[in-house]
Amino acid sequence: MTITSEPPSENVEATPQFEKAAQRKESRRGLLLALPSYLYLIIFFVIPLAIVFIYSFATRNRFGGTDLSGWNVASYERIAEPIVRTILFRSLWLALLTTVICLLIAYPFAYFLATRRPAIRNVMLVFVMIPFWTNFLVRNFAWRVILGNDGPLTKATEFLGLGTHELLFSQKAVVLGLVYGYLPFMILPLYAAIERIDGQLLEASRDLYGTGWQSFRNVLLPLSMPGVIAGSILVFIPSLGAYVTPEILGGAKTTLLGSYIVTQFLTARNWPFGAALSFVLMAVMLAGTVIYFRKGGRTL
Amino acid sequence: MTAAVELKAITKKFGDVVAVDNIDLTIEDGEFFAMLGPSGCGKTTTLRMIAGLEFPTQGSLSIFGEEVGTLAPNKRSVNTVFQNYALFPHLSVLDNVGFGLKMQGIDKNETRTRAMEMIELVQLEGLEGRKPSQMSGGQQQRVALARALVNQPKVLLLDEPLGALDLKLRQEMQLELKKLQRDVGISFVFVTHDQEEALTMSDRIAVMHEGKLLQVASPEEIYETPVNRFVADFIGRTNLLEGTVSDSETVILTNGTPIRASNDFAAGTSVSISLRPERAKITQQKEDGDPLSSVSGVVETITYLGNARVYSVKFTWMSLEVREENRPGVELYEPGTPITVSWDHDAISVVAD
Repeated sequence: MTITSEPPSENVEATPQFEKAAQRKESRRGLLLALPSYLYLIIFFVIPLAIVFIYSFATRNRFGGTDLSGWNVASYERIAEPIVRTILFRSLWLALLTTVICLLIAYPFAYFLATRRPAIRNVMLVFVMIPFWTNFLVRNFAWRVILGNDGPLTKATEFLGLGTHELLFSQKAVVLGLVYGYLPFMILPLYAAIERIDGQLLEASRDLYGTGWQSFRNVLLPLSMPGVIAGSILVFIPSLGAYVTPEILGGAKTTLLGSYIVTQFLTARNWPFGAALSFVLMAVMLAGTVIYFRKGGRTL
Repeated sequence: MTAAVELKAITKKFGDVVAVDNIDLTIEDGEFFAMLGPSGCGKTTTLRMIAGLEFPTQGSLSIFGEEVGTLAPNKRSVNTVFQNYALFPHLSVLDNVGFGLKMQGIDKNETRTRAMEMIELVQLEGLEGRKPSQMSGGQQQRVALARALVNQPKVLLLDEPLGALDLKLRQEMQLELKKLQRDVGISFVFVTHDQEEALTMSDRIAVMHEGKLLQVASPEEIYETPVNRFVADFIGRTNLLEGTVSDSETVILTNGTPIRASNDFAAGTSVSISLRPERAKITQQKEDGDPLSSVSGVVETITYLGNARVYSVKFTWMSLEVREENRPGVELYEPGTPITVSWDHDAISVVAD
């Protein structure tokens, strides 16, 4: 049998040009669609950030104003001062603690959620979201009432003969409030990651002599790592810069970075120092995000 | 022979749905055993119960005499080749194959050696560093086999193992699986909905339908003497001629035609006569034939298959399929030709409805 093929027609030459033109048109349309968000980000994010960056090298004058001259890095040098360092490490520690606690609570719940029937899942996901329907500030004040001296928690512990407690205005209260506030940010990415895992892989692991714990360690956890990393970053970053929760539940004894920065701008009127602190905070967060994309990108 | 797997009065219910309905089944050591049936017939559920991935609602299940009804899957010496293989996507081929040994706490060097041996056995040497996603369907299938067999299970369970492969590869793997089973010598229990696959590979076949076990027998027996209409229809292609038993030698078809068919049914029982398309012959209508082993009709359509032609022959009350091999000298009949379809009287079987 012989195979005959048609000779290439003249139109073949023209195709690449049409293709290129179509690609150019496509990318122009894409740019047009993205333009509003580009403008928004430039006006309300990039420009203010640049201003903050410039201010961090400026000098505070005697009247609490800022002189945009005599550029220096004195504000960055102040970060080495013991009091600043203490606040920085305390913030890092509490953010880390919050993240770990959120992870420990959210993982089993996300697994449970991901293994339910779709109808039940959706109802439970709504329950996870419900707290967002109430203002964050109000919810934090609610905790102040619950933890307060005459609050329901005190009444309950007294009734049970456990005596009183002094949770409010302590680091414990801050962590409690942060965990409460950011738990959904941990649950949702974990749920999304676990939900994507083929349940048959866990069955295969059990079939291959893995115990429940071994199957978790060797199959479920590595495969849900993108969710663990995404959730941890989503909790760690806002916890590190948290302002509202520590202000309301932490009292005066536990100053965190967020409050300290606000103090620099509003009370101490040291804008360059506040700006420098903001940038250090951003650098820490950026480092976290880079780690996420490095690690998460590989496993995704 | 010892029974590798023994099911006694096993029932599995999911809520109100009875997936497996009171089945008794014995699988011998060293046999290639197929569980065949349409989807939803309970074959996969039965396999999963043997694996320990489902627990029976009632009944007793033992592996080599040991009752395992509710024993966790990691405590049974059976391994499974999953449908779509369920290879661990984050592990290399080597780590996939070594997974079972690692879980059992076997030391790293031995795990590596045994995994490598198994990878060689399934002809994947050189690919042990790859991730499953970098392999073809056929290669993934081999990894799944190696991953299960490296643990030296007493029974290997296979859930639609060839379902995801294309036809050519599937036929190759059928032979290869059969050979592998003979080499390792343990029983392979495999689930399939593909009757041809079951016929090709198995020593024995269990046909299931709606949670019930209909027939357990050798491929020949299932094909030649199906126990009922469902089995006859499901295994291979067949024509089912409905009728009523007149005596032990005769069945009267629904249109009143008497057909010679030896049977063990009581007179008056409604039955079907199963006539395989390849066992019927087409002849000119005028020719003399046994009137009790033939029916006359008209050729309606012809399907050309390359190696054969399938005639659809129309009768006043039904139509029949007749398959003629594409050999030199075979007479061709055009649509519309009046013809007679005849058969040897031992070419048919009488089945209950």
